[in-house]
Amino acid sequence: MEINLKVWKQKDAVSDGKLIDYKVSHVSPDMSFLEMFDVLNEELIVNDQEPIAFDHDCREGICGMCSMVIDGKPHGPLEGVTTCQLHMRSFKDGDTITVEPWRARAFPVIKDLVVDRTAFDRIIAAGGYISVNTGNAQDANCLPINKDDADDAFMSASCIGCGACVAACKNASAMLFVSAKVSQLAKLPQGQPERYTRVANMVAQMDKEGFGACTNTGACSAECPKEISLTNIAQLNRDYMQAKFLENA
Amino acid sequence: MSKLESKIPEGTIETKWSKYKSSVPLVNPANKRNLEILIVGSGLAGASAAASLAELGYKVKVFCFQDSPRRAHSIAAQGGINAAKNYQNDGDSVHRLFYDTIKGGDYRAREGNVHRLAEVSTAIIDQCVAQGVPFAREYGGLLSNRSFGGTQVQRTFYAAGQTGQQLLLGAYSALERQVGMGTVEMYNRHEMLDVVTIDGKARGLIVKNLITGELERFFGHAVLLCTGGYGNVFYLSTNAMGSNVTAAWRAHKQGAVMGNPCFTQIHPTCIPVSGDHQSKLTLMSESLRNDGRIWVPKKEGDNRSPVDIPEDERDYYLERRYPAFGNLVPRDVASRAAKERCDAGFGVGPSKMAVYLDFKFNMMRYGKVEATKMGLQNASDDEILRLGKEVIKEKYGNLFDMYKQITGENPYEMPMRIYPAVHYTMGGLWVDYELMTTVPGMYCLGEANFSDHGANRLGASALMQGLADGYFVIPYTIGSYLSKEIATKAIDTSHPAFVEAEGRVQKVMDQLLNIKGTKTVESFHKRLGKIMWDKCGMARNEKGLKEAIVEIQALRKEFWSDLRVPGTQHEFNPELDRAFRVADFLELGELMCIDALNRSESCGGHFREESQTEEGEALRDDNNYAYVAAWEYKGESQWELFKEDLKFENIKIAQRSYK
Repeated sequence: MEINLKVWKQKDAVSDGKLIDYKVSHVSPDMSFLEMFDVLNEELIVNDQEPIAFDHDCREGICGMCSMVIDGKPHGPLEGVTTCQLHMRSFKDGDTITVEPWRARAFPVIKDLVVDRTAFDRIIAAGGYISVNTGNAQDANCLPINKDDADDAFMSASCIGCGACVAACKNASAMLFVSAKVSQLAKLPQGQPERYTRVANMVAQMDKEGFGACTNTGACSAECPKEISLTNIAQLNRDYMQAKFLENA
Repeated sequence: MSKLESKIPEGTIETKWSKYKSSVPLVNPANKRNLEILIVGSGLAGASAAASLAELGYKVKVFCFQDSPRRAHSIAAQGGINAAKNYQNDGDSVHRLFYDTIKGGDYRAREGNVHRLAEVSTAIIDQCVAQGVPFAREYGGLLSNRSFGGTQVQRTFYAAGQTGQQLLLGAYSALERQVGMGTVEMYNRHEMLDVVTIDGKARGLIVKNLITGELERFFGHAVLLCTGGYGNVFYLSTNAMGSNVTAAWRAHKQGAVMGNPCFTQIHPTCIPVSGDHQSKLTLMSESLRNDGRIWVPKKEGDNRSPVDIPEDERDYYLERRYPAFGNLVPRDVASRAAKERCDAGFGVGPSKMAVYLDFKFNMMRYGKVEATKMGLQNASDDEILRLGKEVIKEKYGNLFDMYKQITGENPYEMPMRIYPAVHYTMGGLWVDYELMTTVPGMYCLGEANFSDHGANRLGASALMQGLADGYFVIPYTIGSYLSKEIATKAIDTSHPAFVEAEGRVQKVMDQLLNIKGTKTVESFHKRLGKIMWDKCGMARNEKGLKEAIVEIQALRKEFWSDLRVPGTQHEFNPELDRAFRVADFLELGELMCIDALNRSESCGGHFREESQTEEGEALRDDNNYAYVAAWEYKGESQWELFKEDLKFENIKIAQRSYK
């Protein structure tokens, strides 16, 4: 296959960027999307041109590092798939594909397709945990948890923190990401003691980072590679409201 | 260097750790606040150590090369974590986990360390549950278990096929909690490139800011390397693209000896290579062997579709060769058996370098159970199969999806095609019982050290070891060293030792950028990987290893004369970072071959063709090789071998059998 690419090139956070055309020949349908970028970069280096910077690591869809907006969709056309798990068999010979970075004020571009997502770490640091020091735990089976609740908590916990939800949202809101962690811990008995301070603190940090507000359009969940459900946002809103009432009580 | 002091405490095996804990010197809280600890790597070992040490009151700095500590490759571990809880009432105990691990490691691990690992395993599960890790549960609300290779009990705790993710996110949340409290400073996109030693002690690090390219200096009273394994020396492995040996290798060149570097785990169930473009390999969890049966056609070169091959024309070779453990033999045994069948011409798929992993039998079994539960008296086979698929989907759904994405085939309808791939390295920096390397003040935790898995790691034991080291071992053992460092004031990073170390790094960086040759980093990495896989992979022999050493030396020479690295140092330049890592792999590869050549016995994952039983099993030579091979760096291509003799006082050393 031969693929035409329009790729966002940007020197650093303060420079302007633009789309640059590339052509990649001899693309095998069994290649992953990122392997196609490897092939292109190898050619660019040999021809004394600058390779394209992009984030990637595990290449098995779990680390959350890869982050490309492909033809306007975070992680590309397939549902429930990260960029690294997208394969070229999903495209046709001669296709022109546009590739851009996550676009959000809270995710400044570092270079080309690489953005800074440390805002997510700071949101977790603001409350996305259970305060239990090492060595304090009771026997694990002293705490039976209804299987459905445990399964729900697991579904929320499967968020990989890639930021596709933010990239997909017209407001660049981080609500799906934040709500996934809030809901995971809200569904578990261990999460109850800090349930309301957690949601209040995480939302405050989210706002401080410059993420937009949520208007419930659902693009985040539709584009989420782990198909995190919108019900997490409903849970967050419920807990957040309760937290505010408690604060004012 | 004096001989290797393992510092295993006196006393019976059951009391060593408890006695150690109650007698190790402590550091009082006021002094802890003045002691700085630098931690490299944020995977299970690094994140759990950072959180636990910060909770104790130490000042901690953590470095990771990824954009967030949550990306560390522990996240990709699939199947589970072992613990001797005996929740299943099936005869498990600390002793049995200890025994299984020593035997699984083919009697090449230290008894004292492994017993401690088994002892603390149970506390790990408690800690993780308290953090909110959503392990799989039964309907009664209690934790669920499954089996892994090399054991006959169910002691593996899991969270679907994403156990590593859930455990890492637990440790990451504990870490971020400390970051939020200001007790840990986190440095994302920072890579350690050298260690600073003063008067023989580790005192700091030279770290590259990967965004700006600046080299930065950090002082610490102690340094913890939690940097994972070096499987990427093979180019193709199940490791993440960024996984590398650089931190450990730089420490090695500054005096830390490397233990058993040739001990590599080749995992039996990975998705086969599809072409030259392949950048990495993807594991299909060992947990699948609970419900998947491995087979090849009985007829050589049988090209029929697997679903058209009748039952009696299939060779379930693991069940045939190892009736007691069947499909759940340890990884090294399963990998070699797959290679044997493929080499003999029975392989399947386009490359003929694959075997089938088939779920149909157990789908039917589960389907029948479901049909009975639902009161369906006369369910058709199709209906039973449909119900069975649902059960399989719940257990392994994400793995099946991943397989489908990568291969384009539906594993619910067709057996998976799998082949062994490099997965884990049992070798690593040599550490004593306290997890300290041979450089005082420098520790090594998790996969990066050599200590607990001998010559073969059992499934679901890597997560256990990473978290054991970080949560429950280092918080105690580091006190033994730091209690003597309370008078040491922070050393200014303008100290000549820092200048010198930074100079070493700068020199390498300049060299890499100034070669301006014609070949890319990746091309060299691929060639190194091929040498390693062909000659230091699943089977090794004297001739091949000697050739490999010569070939690696030549490749390294070519690398340093014809490499092309684009761009400059002072920008975001992933190619330069890769070049640095591959330069270190090119040195490590040689040492691995030297170690493999030295060890002319077979043991665990190290299979020397010259040393096998009549049935083709690994044949150990306990009289000559019951030792840890620890190599000290003496200059380019020069190493001195030190031996730590392994004593087995609690387990009778025997030829391993899974028949």
